[in-house]
Amino acid sequence: MAAALINVPKKAKRGDVVEIKTLMSHIMETGYRRTAAGELVPRDIITSFTCRFNGEEIFRAEFFPAIAANPFLSFFTVASESGKFDFEWTGDKGFSETAAASIAVE
Amino acid sequence: MPIRQISKTTRRRVLHLAGGAAVAGALPVMTSRQANATPAMLTSAIRNVVGEAPVRSGKIKLDIPPLVENGNTVPMTVSVASPMTADDHVKSIHLFNEKNPQPNIGNFYLGPRAGRAQLSTRIRLADSQKVVAIAHLSDGSFWSATADVVVTLAACTDEVL
Repeated sequence: MAAALINVPKKAKRGDVVEIKTLMSHIMETGYRRTAAGELVPRDIITSFTCRFNGEEIFRAEFFPAIAANPFLSFFTVASESGKFDFEWTGDKGFSETAAASIAVE
Repeated sequence: MPIRQISKTTRRRVLHLAGGAAVAGALPVMTSRQANATPAMLTSAIRNVVGEAPVRSGKIKLDIPPLVENGNTVPMTVSVASPMTADDHVKSIHLFNEKNPQPNIGNFYLGPRAGRAQLSTRIRLADSQKVVAIAHLSDGSFWSATADVVVTLAACTDEVL
């Protein structure tokens, strides 16, 4: 289930503020829904997201069940140098996914 | 199932509850199938983040549609007026709601490297309610913005078919 969609500009000028968009496919089951039989469906969500640039953490998020299914995030960073973004999602039931994207800064 | 917390009644809390009740009365309230978070839980969730620090309104902007058809996915954008320098930047942004089963939506940690203190995501809203965004700045101050959202199809607590 390679499920991540990442949108990072391929190139940027030094000092530009660039937008990073990420989407991870995940049900984000809240733990508050019931089956027709009345049983509670156990919670299954992504609880944390981290973005690192060349190994340094630049953005981190903690999710709660109120984040919609297939969590989408958009945030910004300064293009300081060429390098690689590493994205990591972790969650309930041992969920762990990673993705990467690189940027060329001139 | 969230249990309503019994905590010290302060003047601020009483005023907050009164305000929340007025808002709820002004909107078409949907029948909820399950006990949801209360304004008191919202207040205590916010206190967990800010501690005893005062929260002022301003600096932060919450863009969310005032009328939402589907509460399962509500797009929203939060931005903070900040130069995002090493001396003056946004450390974190916290989102809260009033009537979902739990008051937290998400916590987001950024730094001067972000360049612009803005983020977008999609959230769930179980009812017509108030959404609160709080920004924690590098000087230790907290700023908040509030938006009222009317939801016609609620999220979170539906039956699984």
